[in-house]
This record gives sequence, structure tokens and C-alpha cells, in this order.
Amino acid sequence: MGQLAEPLPSTVSDEQQKQDNTTPIKEATTSEKIQLHIDEVTLKFPTSTGTDFTALDKVSMEVRENEFAVIVGPSGCGKSSLLYLTAGLNSPTDGEIKVAGKVVDGPSAERGMVFQGYTLFPWLSVSENIEFGLKQKKMPAPERKKIVQKYLKEVGLENFADRNPKQLSGGMKQRVAIARSLANDPEILLMDEPFGALDSQTRMQMQQLLLQVWEHSKKTVVFVTHDIDEAIMLGDRVFVMGARPGRIQKVLDVNIPHPRTLDMVMEPDFISLKREILSLLHDDLSEMH
Amino acid sequence: MSSKQVSFKQLTSPQEELPKKVVLGAGTLSWIVLLSSWFLLSASDLVPTMFLPSPMDVLSTGVRLAENGTLFEHMWASIQVVLIGFIVSSMLSIPLGMLMGSFKIVQAVLEPLVNFIRYLPVTSFVPLFILWIGIGIEQRVTVIFFGVFFQQLVMISDVSRGVSKDLLHAAYTLGTSRSKVVTQVIAPASLPGILDTLRVTIGWAWTYLVVAELVAATSGLGYISLKAMRGFQVDVIFLAIVIIGLLGLLTDQFFRVLRARLSAWAN
Ligand SMILES: Nc1ncnc2c1ncn2[C@@H]1O[C@H](COP(=O)(O)OP(=O)(O)O)[C@@H](O)[C@H]1O
Ligand SMILES: [Mg+2]
Repeated sequence: MGQLAEPLPSTVSDEQQKQDNTTPIKEATTSEKIQLHIDEVTLKFPTSTGTDFTALDKVSMEVRENEFAVIVGPSGCGKSSLLYLTAGLNSPTDGEIKVAGKVVDGPSAERGMVFQGYTLFPWLSVSENIEFGLKQKKMPAPERKKIVQKYLKEVGLENFADRNPKQLSGGMKQRVAIARSLANDPEILLMDEPFGALDSQTRMQMQQLLLQVWEHSKKTVVFVTHDIDEAIMLGDRVFVMGARPGRIQKVLDVNIPHPRTLDMVMEPDFISLKREILSLLHDDLSEMH
Repeated sequence: MSSKQVSFKQLTSPQEELPKKVVLGAGTLSWIVLLSSWFLLSASDLVPTMFLPSPMDVLSTGVRLAENGTLFEHMWASIQVVLIGFIVSSMLSIPLGMLMGSFKIVQAVLEPLVNFIRYLPVTSFVPLFILWIGIGIEQRVTVIFFGVFFQQLVMISDVSRGVSKDLLHAAYTLGTSRSKVVTQVIAPASLPGILDTLRVTIGWAWTYLVVAELVAATSGLGYISLKAMRGFQVDVIFLAIVIIGLLGLLTDQFFRVLRARLSAWAN
């Protein structure tokens, strides 16, 4: 709980390190309550050679209520696998995952997920997509309409309510996907490289939009990315993963206040964090060879 | 001609779109070529009229049979056979095909059997159907059913199996249960593909019509053309062929329009 940043590598001055450690880690809105509890989770896939492939090896992590947690790691290190396990779309070989105190044993509307690929239902309009989860809950129509309206506005798509997903740009599609998950008011929002397919301009816009939405909703978010800038831009804490087998190497606090802006990437705090994450990922890569 | 605006390069580039006018013109041209060759061939002495009637002969035979009412009686008999066979087949193959595409266990049970049966020629079963079912309309309907059902089953199960797993995952995380996912995601996502399958297979249903009416029928377009063969009335055979073709075209267009209406999102 309340993990502090571990000592930075020699590239960062001791002074700066002290500064980092003395700034308050917790934001006023982040509670001490643990919302996501991943306990020694191992995931193995059977292979044709007979020996199992270990995608995740005893991964443990905790995410606080209302926290924006980012998992960063190279492609293939098991980020998606970890999110799918958390969503309940797959079961761990070993270990346990709890969300809001309940053991995950299958998918549920309490664990919303935004996927890397576009997963809007193409036969439904934008507002019907957002309404989908509410209909599953058998919520009465007037209430549904109100919530749909709220989230359409939240992601800035009021004028696109009746469009078909096919008529939307990639960024708009992901905005609908975010709205669709949030409309369900889940206990946690899982995001698997949701901006990975977008061009860098759109991607930065989406990051800003997501931060705004998060500040309004104060959901617990677990956001997966392989983009270090994105990780620091968004996260309260960054969980740095390593590959083969997939594991959490280190947890870093991002002590950069909100609202975060695009020019933040030039600031020393940002750069030193980026350097640390880069070196962690780099060392992990070179160990493999 | 409208093709003036179209360059040679455009015509010879793979997958290049053409103006609508050119497409329509090309289609009309092939009909004109076919009909005029038919006309010229029947007007010349190359083929005896006994084997090749002129288009006008066929037309006047059509008018004659339409006036005394027999044409519609036979058309109606055939339409009934094809539609009943096709509808019964579709009503079974759509749910079963979706189950087969959704649940591996259903696929494992059905697929080996279906893949064996669907390559058996329908004609070889006609004697068996007559023994089992008799010579009523049920037998004719069975032939159509048998010709269409197993193909539909395989095609529809492929359509459902092709539904992106990501869509299912998204639905699960939005609170859809495993059983509901079939009706709420797999069914709507499969609809365009299912309508395509119906459009293709209704064409096949018409092609089995003459086989269905081969034996013991007392009415229908297949029946009158078989009777006409015995009486050397080539014009009637031609008439029956043309009408089957037109009815096939009509049902084809029906499904084309239905698909455009019901699943505009997939176009
Ligand atoms: N269904 C599966 N069967 C076998 N191996 C898999 C399966 N899914 C993922 N993997 C393997 O597990 C590792 C982690 O995958 P993934 O979680 O998708 O990584 P990431 O999202 O970090 O790119 C990869 O090496 C991948 O090949
Ligand atoms: Mg991934």
C-alpha cells in the first residue's frame, strides 16, 4: 500500500530524488481503499512443444480506489493477458484477483473494458451502443436516455448520437467505447491500449479527454500502454512490466499535479521519470539476449 | 455512347469502379446479344424450329397459356414447392447454423455428418423420397429442402463463427450473459451474412425445381416442360425455363433489397 517511488538510478540527482519522495503521493481524492487486488497471479498457456508458456509469473499489484494506474511494458509482456484476467474474460492458472473486495470469477458489468481494437456494435447507433449495458441491466428507458445523454456530452459526441460506428473516425469510436463502459458505472475501468491505433495528434487529444472524463467520474482506472509518454501523462502510478516471463518490475509514483497539459513532457519531473522507465525496459530487454 | 468518358485504362484496371451508366449498358448489351442471336438462329435454317423456337413463338405461347389460366396454375404450384421447401429449410438452418457457429460442441457433433451429406447429389435421393414420402407435394418440398438445407447450415455456421470475438468480449464486460450473447451479439452481427446466404441458396432452390417435379407431379413448371418434351413442344420448355429464371431473379432481388434494408450498417 502507498508505495513510494523507489530510488532512482544514478542519472537522477539525489536532491531531485528527495524532492520526489517528499511530495505528497496521494491526491486528496484518492482514498486508501484498495479497489483492485492482484495476488500472485500466474498465467500459463499450453504450447505445441508440451512445456507450458508462462505469460505471467506471480504478478502482484494493488490499485487504490479512484486511482489512475498505468501498466507499461514492451509488446508481448502480458499486459493484455493481465487485463483480460482482471476483466474475468480468462482465468489465472494460479493466484487470485479481487475487485472491490470480491473475487473475480467471470466477466461482469462491474469491470468495464475498452479494447485496443474497435469493438462498437456496428448494427447499433452511437447512442444505442452507449445504451447497450443499461439495457442488459433492464433499466427503464427514461433513465437510460438520461445516462446516455450525460455520457454523449462527456465525450463530446452529442451531435453524433444517431451516427453509425462506421461513420466515425478511430478516435471517435474509442470515445464511444469509453462512454459505453462508463455508462454502466463499473467498479473499475480497464483500458487495453485504447489509443494504440490512433495517430499521435489524435492520441494526445484523447489523453486529455480521458483525463477530463476521469476527473469527473473518479473511476478506478487500469490503463495499459507501451507508450512511456502516455503512461506518465495519464498515470498516478506507473507499473513497469518486464517480459519473459511477464512480471511487474517496479512501481513508480507520478508526482505531477493535475490538470496535466501537453507541455508537461518538457518538464524535468517528466523527463526523469521517462528516463527511469526507459532504463528499466532497456535493462529487461538486454537481459533477454 | 456513355463509354466515351471511360478510358481503356479504367476498363482494364483490376477492381476499378466504373460509372453506373457503363455498368448498366454492359448488362443490357449482353442481353441484346443473347436475344438477337437467339432470334437470328431461329430465323435461319441452321436449327429446325422443332428444336429452337423463335422468341416470338415463346412469347405467344406464354400469352396463350396465360389467357387460359394454366400458366399461373403451374407457376403457383412451383412457387409453393420452392417457397415451402426454402422457408422450412431456412427456419431450421438459421438457428441451428448459429448454434453450430457459436458452440464448438454443436459443431463437433454436426459437422462431420453435414459435410458428408451435403456432397451427396440430391437426385440420388429422389427414388428414396418417393418410397418414403409418396408422390404428393411433400416429396417435392423435400427435394428442395434437401438441396438447400445442408448448404445453408454450413454457410450460416461459417458466418456466425466469423463474428469477432472482441465483440463478444465487449458484450461480456457490459453485463451480457453467455446465453444472451448469442441473441444479442452473434445474431445481429450475423444478419447480413445470413441474408447473403439466403439470397444465394434461394437461387439453388429454383435450380432443384425440375428435379423435384421430375416424377409424379401433376402440375408445376418442371412438370409442363417434361410433358412438353414428350409432345415436342419446345416453345413450352423454353417458356418454363424463362419463367423459372425470372422467378429466381425476383426472389434474388427480394433478398438484395431486404439485406439493404435490414442491415444497411454492413454496406
Ligand atoms: N491464447 C494464447 N495462447 C498462447 N499464448 C498466448 C495467448 N495469448 C497471449 N499469449 C502470449 O502471451 C504473451 C503475452 O501476451 P499479451 O498479454 O497479449 O501481451 P501484450 O498485451 O503485453 O502485448 C505473448 O507472448 C503472447 O504470445
Ligand atoms: Mg496487448
